[in-house]
Amino acid sequence: MKTEYDLIVIGGGPAGLAAATAAYDQGLRDILIVERDRFLGGILNQCIHTGFGLQEFREELTGPEYAQRFVDKTLEDGIPFFLDTMVLAVRPDRTIVAISPELGRLELHAKAIVLSMGCRERTRAAIMVPGTRPAGVMTAGTAQRYMNVEGYLPGRNIVILGSGDIGLIMARRFTLEGARVNAVLEIMPYSTGLTRNIVQCLDDYGIPLLLNHTVTSVHGGKRVTGVSVAQVDDHRRPVPGTEREIACDTLITSVGLVPENELSKIAGVQLDPITGGAVVNQRLQTSVPGIFACGNVLQVHDLVDNVSEESQRAGRSAALYVQDKLPQTLRNIRVVPSPGIHYVVPQCVDVTEQTETIKLFMRPSDVFKGAFVELRTDSREEPLARFRRSRLTPGEMVVLTVQGTVFAAVEADISVGVKVS
Amino acid sequence: MNTEVCEITCIVCPTGCKVRVVREGSKVIEVSGNTCKRGETYASQEAVAPQRTLTTSVKVTEGDFALVSVKSATLVPKARLFDLMKAVQKLWVAAPIRIGDIVVHDVLGLGIDLVATRTVRKTGE
Repeated sequence: MKTEYDLIVIGGGPAGLAAATAAYDQGLRDILIVERDRFLGGILNQCIHTGFGLQEFREELTGPEYAQRFVDKTLEDGIPFFLDTMVLAVRPDRTIVAISPELGRLELHAKAIVLSMGCRERTRAAIMVPGTRPAGVMTAGTAQRYMNVEGYLPGRNIVILGSGDIGLIMARRFTLEGARVNAVLEIMPYSTGLTRNIVQCLDDYGIPLLLNHTVTSVHGGKRVTGVSVAQVDDHRRPVPGTEREIACDTLITSVGLVPENELSKIAGVQLDPITGGAVVNQRLQTSVPGIFACGNVLQVHDLVDNVSEESQRAGRSAALYVQDKLPQTLRNIRVVPSPGIHYVVPQCVDVTEQTETIKLFMRPSDVFKGAFVELRTDSREEPLARFRRSRLTPGEMVVLTVQGTVFAAVEADISVGVKVS
Repeated sequence: MNTEVCEITCIVCPTGCKVRVVREGSKVIEVSGNTCKRGETYASQEAVAPQRTLTTSVKVTEGDFALVSVKSATLVPKARLFDLMKAVQKLWVAAPIRIGDIVVHDVLGLGIDLVATRTVRKTGE
């Protein structure tokens, strides 16, 4: 069996497929995609709602349709893939250990690796919701898989904790399928979901969004019988006297996503403690030579369109790396968040002879109105660049397209912060 | 006739513009606050007769997936969404189904087709 590849892509979701097909377009032919589920397309298969592809394809698609475009391209290109195959380890020398019921234990080696494993949902345990441990507590993504892929309705009387996009989408999905959604609780004073989803998933069906609220206890023996909810104060602590019980048979949690970087850690890839993903440069290169990262394993995106764009860059870079065509790095500039900005990806920029436009992805740390996002360096009084934004919120990623000349002109770190005008 | 002002949050794209629509009965007089043409179209419709794309799934017999995801080929009057869901929940379709196939014609006589948004192969093929 073939064990040597130019490029191995770990994960056949939107990121992996975009990276593999972009590497192919860059001239690479010896590519393998390794996917642990029984189909390509990843999480998009269960995201049957619309809202995908407005940027990438200029039309509104459902998740499965968006995935199909990339699956079709993968098949047209004839890029081989293993399904039902779980990668167990990635070594710094780019050896991959994987396992599959059909192929057994595999040990493969690649000149370059793209890490595109995606992310995982935080669970009830991760946020330590007190109470009993009955059946009927699950993440929004699990409920989504039950309902949209496996064909089960996992509950009829629902409370949703967390107002992230998946939670909002599932509130509508449960309602349409005939279940009752009592409320969506959000511990923060704002929702982290997109405004359009609050409108079309909650407001459309009269589902209350309770801001500054959380679940203080889960009740029930074999099955959930209800949850206690309470208002929280500025420190997110329950306010005594505000507690009440809501009867329900299911508690759905939508409380954030965590990049799934177990393999990156084994490979010795340096991680950013804030994003939970790899530290990368603008070419999506990690700290380990020949290993690239993209998509939700790198940073949790709001839009799959951004995942595709980022992953295509990673795939192209990986191809150029294999072809030994990446430009020589003259110096390395760190891009660091300063007040108002929680994180920035890429965390560093390699300055080369070519001046290239660079996209910076970031999340604001708070809600700001009428603000500037500014790039600064210590040696200069004036900002290197500034971008006006009418509204900034942690729920919506900010993408800045920065002229290459900005980076070419500086020697030291660049900080990115918010200035309210 | 009296004019009425509707404040609408646009759902066409993730920007979520706050659009103000002035209407006189079912006639739209003025749209402001939108930042694109699609937003104007959406808000004008929303102020008069709200419509949504319905996405759901239909049970499949003998498929490599238990369900085929579908979307309404055209917009559905918001008030009829639940009627449509009730009709769809009773349906079974047989694999194979190709993405883009019309799974159900003219649901409830509303002139709305449901289109497959994924391919489902027949088991064993």
